[in-house]
Amino acid sequence: MNVPIWSISVLRGWGAAVLALLVLALISPTMRAGVFDPRAAVLLAVWGGSWAVNAWLASLPRSRMVAGVVAALFGATLIVLWELIVRLYAVSPVILPAPSAVAAQFVNSTPILWADFVQTILKGALSGYLIGCGAALVTAVAVDRSPFLQRGLLPVGNFVAALPIVGIAPILVMWFGFDWQSKAAVVVVMVFFPVLVNCVEGLKAADPMQRDLMATWSASYWQSLFQLRLPAAMPFIFNGLKIASTLAMIGAIVAEFFGSPVVGMGFRISTEVGKLRLDMVWSEIAVAALAGSAFYGLVALIEKRMTFWHPSQRSR
Amino acid sequence: MRRSVLPVVVVVLAILAIWYAAAVWMNAQWTRDQAARAGVQIGWSDIARDAMQQERPVLPVPHQVAAEFWRLTWVEEATGRRGIVQSGSLSNRGLVYHALATLSATALGFGFGAGFGILLAVGIVYNRAMDMSVMPWAIASQTIPIVAIAPMIIVVLNSVGISGLIPKAIIAAYLSFFPVAVGMVKGLRSPDGMQLDQLRTYNATAGQAFWKLRLPASMPYLFASLKVGVAASLVGTIVAELPLGGAGLGTRLLAGSYYGQTIQIWATLIAAALLASAMVGAVGLVQRVTLKRMGFSR
Repeated sequence: MNVPIWSISVLRGWGAAVLALLVLALISPTMRAGVFDPRAAVLLAVWGGSWAVNAWLASLPRSRMVAGVVAALFGATLIVLWELIVRLYAVSPVILPAPSAVAAQFVNSTPILWADFVQTILKGALSGYLIGCGAALVTAVAVDRSPFLQRGLLPVGNFVAALPIVGIAPILVMWFGFDWQSKAAVVVVMVFFPVLVNCVEGLKAADPMQRDLMATWSASYWQSLFQLRLPAAMPFIFNGLKIASTLAMIGAIVAEFFGSPVVGMGFRISTEVGKLRLDMVWSEIAVAALAGSAFYGLVALIEKRMTFWHPSQRSR
Repeated sequence: MRRSVLPVVVVVLAILAIWYAAAVWMNAQWTRDQAARAGVQIGWSDIARDAMQQERPVLPVPHQVAAEFWRLTWVEEATGRRGIVQSGSLSNRGLVYHALATLSATALGFGFGAGFGILLAVGIVYNRAMDMSVMPWAIASQTIPIVAIAPMIIVVLNSVGISGLIPKAIIAAYLSFFPVAVGMVKGLRSPDGMQLDQLRTYNATAGQAFWKLRLPASMPYLFASLKVGVAASLVGTIVAELPLGGAGLGTRLLAGSYYGQTIQIWATLIAAALLASAMVGAVGLVQRVTLKRMGFSR
């Protein structure tokens, strides 16, 4: 091809820009009336320019750094567009606060956010997560000795895992009171079945040849469990633990909508929404997002350390 | 399949037995307090009998919940003054009315969410820039408790004048969107290099490769993620209904918790569970028929 590569990507960027123009034309009343709107032109320029850069970056040889830059640039573009839309169209802060306002609020109210984080994540979600996952693991090992129970419990567990268990929150709030104990209880119930199903599945993962080998070494049940079958089950267990980490956050936050002390992320979100202080709500959501990805990242990191031998971890 | 019927029955019976025992144990305190106030001596048989017929028990027993569920569905509609037989419209005290409200919002949102998820996946698979920009965020968004923003979206949309079905459907769509997109990307990429090369030797166009190889190959992945998505969007709808009032299972749950109507909460939970299994079951049915007709051995 004789055309320089960057011009192709710029053309592609303009393709995306035309698409965005159509969307904007539908949204903006002035555009529909056929009047040129300079504000929309600014937004389009930002979007098209950033997309052209991204398209050019994506056409470079693949590397981790380029991938990181592209993703970061895309996220940054969305935030800049959000800020610009709020500023240019003077969107009311009770509908959509600008990211800068959210950031300012975040910095100003760190003590409140930290207290909410401790109450909801550290006390509610984390303790419930540890209890629930521990109980599921112990149950899985117990169930594993009886094929009969396995055949009975797996379909039931799969069924329960698909139910909207979060609905049990009002009942558990009645039983355990408004403080974090009831949130932990909701989390225990929510994470139990997904982790149980994955653990039971995982304990079957060691193949018969390996089990026979343990038997020829006259390994006891527990030796074979700890030295062969639990390690072999780790990829499955971690899959369950990762699903459970998101569920734990959801359970702890949603349970607070049914009653809580005057601290906590769910409490803060529902009361600040009532006061239409959306910048505070968005700060709280930012905390939830950060905590959620940190929680997930931590589990994934431990997984990487513990299942370094598994093909899925070695592929890269 | 048949091998597991007996074990499942045993496990379910065991759960019911534990439920009964727990109900007696947890409701006993109230009975004892009542007896002490009246100055009567009571034995365990009295406690057990009373525990199963309290009006607001700490934990209602299964047959109480079943009776309440029956009363709020069939009896309410067939014989109630507001029921469909006498008034011609579903009773707003019955569960059917609320379940239908939740179902329609979930179905609408799920349809849109899954549709957009599939479109996004196609874009991601065919456009490298889109893949590198959007995909990391789609995966990261799975680790974030998105449900937490449900009340905010509801209130904000209400304040701009959008109410009723749409806000709930938006949340349901949002929750099913990402699982479907991520699963579908995996599915569209599942044909291996050999198969793609073969199509190239047939001189197939990109469109043919999509319709005849990538799309059919993605079906098992699509259905697996649709099941996850439909369950997620039901949870989203129920949570979205909490601050809303009006019709919906979430509203009923919150009302029940305000007024301490434990039996009603449990009956609502049963309705939610039935709704969830019906929706997942419907997706599963479509999955089985589709995959069978497409010749996937299962």
